[in-house]
Amino acid sequence: MGTLLTRWRTWLWVLPAVALLLVFVYYPIVDNLRLSFFSWNAFSPEPRFVGLDNYAETFADPVFWRALLNNTAYAVVSLVFQAGLSLVLAALLEELVGKRMRGLLRTLYFIPAAMSITVVGVLFSFLYNPRYGLVNAALDAVGLGHLGRAWLGEESSAIWSVIAMSQWQSVGYTAVLFVVAIQRIPREYYEAARVDGSGAVRMFFSITLPMVREMTTLIVILTISGAFLVFNEVMVMTAGGPDNSSQVLGTWLYRKAFFEDDMGYAATVATVIFVITFAIAALQLAVSRRRRYDA
Amino acid sequence: MIALGSSMERPAASHGGTARASLGVRALAGRLLGWSLLGAFAVAMLYPVLWMVLSGFKDNQEIFNQPWAPPGELRWENYARAWDLGVVRYFGNSVIVTGASIVATTLISAWAAYGLCRLRLPFGNAVALLVLGGLLLSPTVALIPLFRLLTSIGLFDTHWALIVLYTAFRIPFTIFLIRAYMIELPRAVDEAATIDGATRTQIFWRVILPMCRPILVSAALLQALFAWNEFAFALVFISDESLKTLPVGLVAMQSRLLTDWPVVLAGLTMAALPTILLFLVGQRQFLRGLTEGVGK
Repeated sequence: MGTLLTRWRTWLWVLPAVALLLVFVYYPIVDNLRLSFFSWNAFSPEPRFVGLDNYAETFADPVFWRALLNNTAYAVVSLVFQAGLSLVLAALLEELVGKRMRGLLRTLYFIPAAMSITVVGVLFSFLYNPRYGLVNAALDAVGLGHLGRAWLGEESSAIWSVIAMSQWQSVGYTAVLFVVAIQRIPREYYEAARVDGSGAVRMFFSITLPMVREMTTLIVILTISGAFLVFNEVMVMTAGGPDNSSQVLGTWLYRKAFFEDDMGYAATVATVIFVITFAIAALQLAVSRRRRYDA
Repeated sequence: MIALGSSMERPAASHGGTARASLGVRALAGRLLGWSLLGAFAVAMLYPVLWMVLSGFKDNQEIFNQPWAPPGELRWENYARAWDLGVVRYFGNSVIVTGASIVATTLISAWAAYGLCRLRLPFGNAVALLVLGGLLLSPTVALIPLFRLLTSIGLFDTHWALIVLYTAFRIPFTIFLIRAYMIELPRAVDEAATIDGATRTQIFWRVILPMCRPILVSAALLQALFAWNEFAFALVFISDESLKTLPVGLVAMQSRLLTDWPVVLAGLTMAALPTILLFLVGQRQFLRGLTEGVGK
């Protein structure tokens, strides 16, 4: 009896964490799924069961598809910059730059990531300002003034301008992660390759790239699921406008729930986000598990 | 220079002299290109930040007419005005919410990590899985049910709402971070303390926690970065203007002071400063946390 008691007492160690997780993380996710089958709003706070009506409404809504498309664009562009450009930058940092200078550059690259997305969003809404912003001024300065526009105010450019800003904020962060992965590669590999007469480009493709594969997979997954969860920067800079052209799933859900008071629809959009991001995460687990068995 | 030097020294029997020279030129061109990319990137990262800080000292005329020039004089009054117009209040709220969630997250996570890596729990694997699963669930999806939940338990529109959520959603990551470090500590330490008559709880507080200090600092810094910058929860669950945190407050401030760019930019600078300084001071701990958390 005594041992049984002490064994159960060890539960006290994980109890606070588990309780918080169950109440504030797990319960809401499950509840959201349930709510997506109901309809309710501020005037009829008692949810009414409507079956799959919310799903039918959601999938028939062009704005929903527009948002999904924008999330996809976000993912594609981010993949190029987070998984591609930042790896090239990290490799260049390691290959070309001396130790002290490397630390300095790495710090500079990371600074945007240390700033809040709201600060960055508001800052860029100034930079994108059609009359006084730096972006148009810079285009003017190099003779491309005719390309200037109201970046956040036009349907054709709003979402792309937000995506561009987002790259600015996070490329340095990813580059730092790659730098760490590259530093874990044994130096001897490069020395041996150098003795064999391999150039920097050759070494990048035959040593660096395969050796950081695990980090690359992780960054690809994090980037894609991040792109489907994006909310802050769109909310701060365009709130989905103009005319829903820069809507993403997150902002559309927010708008439906807290402005249009259509809670059931919003819960349905949330479920779609959940399914997408959960599938990506499960894929990651499967991939990393298979690799463990391979090794 | 190393790569270039070694390729020149190598007695390249198979290459002719011209081939070697062109290799050198190509390597040099590659280097130049690489350096310009790194340099251009550094400028692109830094310039907007610099522009923000400097424009905070200008007046509207200067910002609009000479966007590239440094400010003619340092108008500290912009900073004072931004501070008085709300930054001071948002700042205070952010300090409260961030501080409380740092303490709660690190303590609760360290406590649980110890249980998970040193004691045999009944259903220990299930608990570990539950924690791991928490990493996969996203805040956005939980917005609507949380809105209902917080309203019904009376936490809506209080700092507690944010403190509790910032803690709960970051516990999985923080447990894994601390556990990865704790698991490497020699078990002999626990055993020695047990022989000296210490209880489990005493061992945790007096032996394990002090030994984990480096990773606790990393965990605290990452939590600070997260909580200080969090936007979605702060936007949805706080409606009282006097309780708003910096990220949400700044957006309100921007729409209130639409034409007063220097004051808003001064406010942005003040909001960005704490986390940038934290990062500069605690870089090593920051990076340890990032890579331990991501790399394992």
